[in-house]
Amino acid sequence: MERVIEIEGLRKNFHMGDTIVKALDGVTLAIVKGEKVAITGPSGSGKSTLMNIIGCLTKPDAGEYILAGERVSELPGNRLAAIRNRYIGFVFQTFNLLPRLSALENVELPLLYAGAKDARQRAESALHTVGLENRMSHDPAQLSGGQRQRVAIARAIVTDPSILLADEPTGNLDTKTGEEILSLFEELHAQGRTIIMVTHDPDVADACERQIHIRDGRVVNGAIERRGN
Amino acid sequence: MLFWTTLKLALRSLMANKLRSLLSMLGIIIGVGAVIAMLALGAGAQKQVLDQVTSMGANLMMIMPGQGMRAGVRSGNPQTLTLDDATAILENVEQIHMVSPVVRGNAQFKYYSNNTQSSVMGVSTTYFEIRNFNIDKGRTITSAEIDRRAKVAVLGADTVTELFEDIEPIGQEVKIGGIAFTVVGTLKSKGSMGPFSYDDLAIIPYTTAMNRVLGVDYLDEIDVQIEEGADQETVQADLETLLRKRHKMRQDEDDDFNVRNMAEMVETATSVTQTFTLLLGGVAGISLVVGGIGIMNIMLVTVTERTREIGIRKAIGAKDRDILVQFLLESILLSALGGLAGVGLGVGSALATTAISGFDTVIQPFSVILALSFAVTIGVFFGFYPARRAALLDPIDALSYE
Repeated sequence: MERVIEIEGLRKNFHMGDTIVKALDGVTLAIVKGEKVAITGPSGSGKSTLMNIIGCLTKPDAGEYILAGERVSELPGNRLAAIRNRYIGFVFQTFNLLPRLSALENVELPLLYAGAKDARQRAESALHTVGLENRMSHDPAQLSGGQRQRVAIARAIVTDPSILLADEPTGNLDTKTGEEILSLFEELHAQGRTIIMVTHDPDVADACERQIHIRDGRVVNGAIERRGN
Repeated sequence: MLFWTTLKLALRSLMANKLRSLLSMLGIIIGVGAVIAMLALGAGAQKQVLDQVTSMGANLMMIMPGQGMRAGVRSGNPQTLTLDDATAILENVEQIHMVSPVVRGNAQFKYYSNNTQSSVMGVSTTYFEIRNFNIDKGRTITSAEIDRRAKVAVLGADTVTELFEDIEPIGQEVKIGGIAFTVVGTLKSKGSMGPFSYDDLAIIPYTTAMNRVLGVDYLDEIDVQIEEGADQETVQADLETLLRKRHKMRQDEDDDFNVRNMAEMVETATSVTQTFTLLLGGVAGISLVVGGIGIMNIMLVTVTERTREIGIRKAIGAKDRDILVQFLLESILLSALGGLAGVGLGVGSALATTAISGFDTVIQPFSVILALSFAVTIGVFFGFYPARRAALLDPIDALSYE
């Protein structure tokens, strides 16, 4: 099976005054294309740092990270923006839409940064996928929380990335809306997308095929896919 | 595509904070407006001076007694020019078209109960042409009148108004310094040059002025018109040689007269107004720079406020350069819009100045282009630091910024 993410011996330290905090202390894991994985762990476990490295927002101090065949850990920092644009779709807890842009413009934005020519059509079809074809010209402020998260998901999938990286995607939503968003993720998963959810909500984690549990900067459970599943 | 979206976005974010945008543009608006208005004022002053000089007569050369102005004081004996000098100039110096002796004085003018104190110019028949005086009504002075020291006068426009109000002046009798003169002509208005008004005077034959009114035997000035296309410097040198010889001056003695030609006066006037313009323009330029600092200030605030937005953009794939361009574009837009408004302000205030005070202003296209491009340059210059700061933000820090 094709591995979309391969991580080996990842280390990341933070300096807090004189003390060195080992946020990641030798993390090794792999994620297969088409998988739906949860990364769980208590706060302070290092899962946010792991997510930032997987999302190419920061670089590890040591170790190897291969994303979609690219040895990302060896790329210079200024190339990471292009990697994020091409391979990663972010979904945040707080939606993080740009307030002055309409839903359609928000979804278009990654394509514009990529220099795509058919941005408008692709953004429209992404909004179609998340069921917001009637809300395209609305501003984020005119949308409900669930709708905003749908726009964010449309923005994440519009570039057809290798992985969807969701950070507590239901954290700011009520239970019912949260369930709707989770079933949207399930639909996307059924379409063959690779989804990684960072969460400490057991319900969200249970909705995934596999849970990678982090504690004290190490993977304690679920590092490797269940082969031959 | 990305560019237009970015531009649209920049415009939208400026519109979202209208008052703030306007206030931060204010420095640029005032700066650009001031540059344009000041340069228009300077050019207007220059035009006015040039018009005045031309109205004094083309190809005019004036010979004054004394050594000219030294540190602002007229020095030497002022009674050095004679009628014979004037005759000799016309006869001996080449490329001279006309000569007129000039004697000047002040006198009380009286027409029945109307009184005014004005200057009296005793001149020859050629004076009108040399000095570009145009007759409004009646005629100029004739050589016959000069020969017989006739008591005839041509009056300036203001003098006519003052003395006669609505009465037809030609043929009327005016007392100048107690002597009765017949008005034979009136002059078209010419405006003033400094404190001296060319409209408030009486022009009479120099013979009459010297013998009957002022009682002098020297001249206050000799006006010369050189031939069209004649070399001013050669003529001036010839004039000076002739007069020095006639005045029997030693080699090492300074001239006891001084010659002024129009080219010199134009040069002086131009250099004065240019300095003036440069000074005003400089002050206006400083306010432009201050305006730029205002823009930098507001852009720094904007970057801080939109830290999270920058983080989001970076997360979805904006390169550092994309962010740089976005904020740079915003500050350029700010300064360019400010510049355009400033052009409006500058042109408006220049026109208003002319309308209200009558002072000439000439709006120069180059100053508009200069001020606008300077404003945009300032937008780039002062926008660069904040934009770079935005571009170099760490995406994780930016995303978690509250």
